[in-house]
Amino acid sequence: MARENAQKLEDGTELVPVRKPMDWTIVVLRVVAFLATVSATVVMAINKETKSIVVATVGTTPLSVTLTAKFHHTPANVYFVIANGFASFHNLFMMAVHFFGDHTFKDKGLQLVIVAILDMTNVALLSSGDGAATFMAQLGKKGNSHARWNKICDKFEKFCDHAGGAIIASYIGLLLLLVITVLSIVKLLKRN
Amino acid sequence: MAKITKRLCTLVLRLMAVGATLLAAIVMATSHQRTSIFGISFEVKYNHTPAFQYFVIANAIATVYGFLVIFLPSKSQLWRLVVALDVVITILLSSSISAALAIGTLGKNGNSYAGWLPICGQVPKYCDRVKGALISSFVGLIIYVLLLLYAIHSVLDPLLLQKT
Repeated sequence: MARENAQKLEDGTELVPVRKPMDWTIVVLRVVAFLATVSATVVMAINKETKSIVVATVGTTPLSVTLTAKFHHTPANVYFVIANGFASFHNLFMMAVHFFGDHTFKDKGLQLVIVAILDMTNVALLSSGDGAATFMAQLGKKGNSHARWNKICDKFEKFCDHAGGAIIASYIGLLLLLVITVLSIVKLLKRN
Repeated sequence: MAKITKRLCTLVLRLMAVGATLLAAIVMATSHQRTSIFGISFEVKYNHTPAFQYFVIANAIATVYGFLVIFLPSKSQLWRLVVALDVVITILLSSSISAALAIGTLGKNGNSYAGWLPICGQVPKYCDRVKGALISSFVGLIIYVLLLLYAIHSVLDPLLLQKT
């Protein structure tokens, strides 16, 4: 059906394909997913907390040590930020392709395939970033008594809260991206 | 003849994927080591860490799924569902590998900022088994990605190679 819509008429003008309701659903979902992944990236990237802890008392003056918790102390959080960055860039790029690229891609079949495959790739990337950061956060919150790893969330509460919020936003983005992937594949099937 | 070759290729790939994920799940589940430090003996097992538990469960699910798909007849209508489930299983495997890798890196290198000491010096055999399980699961993931690309090509025919 899409192939017939893109035919040229006799006087040289070209018919523009009519935007179906499913296209608008995908665009709205992409906007929300983009917002979710961007917020996850930004909140995790600016996550930082400094705390002074009194270590010992020499005479009457307390010795205090300043400890900082930054997101890049853990490779899992770095990967989380990178994966969410990729996912938000992908959403932005797909929205741009949808709005500005429909007339420039000559072979619409290839565009749909590339969109579906890129969607799947980004879902896998995002899910792995989420998984790593979730387990790191769980370790920071509960610690691991068997490996003698103490929990850090009782000292750095704001850091843990921000990281938890970023992970939740990223999961929402992941869920929406999964729905978008399913819809893209359905579009591919319908076109056949 | 070409169809039989294709079917044989996918069958072999699926068997390899089932083998890889089964190996990963078994190696991770049987990894434990007992050691003694300063007279206190403590044991490290896979189920001390939720990430490794998730890894074992995800690989077990992937194994069972792959095993069931091998017995699917080739003309069945369920192959489109298999494509969708392949995507889900790939995502599950990749997230479990990533989580186990994050905790494994922590065990190998420690985290000086949080005061977490590396444990691989004390339990080297456990660390080796975890490494082996991760590599095997990664091979399984690559095979699933190849199967997925091939399934999209054969079931959906996206590049319109079969002119009707």
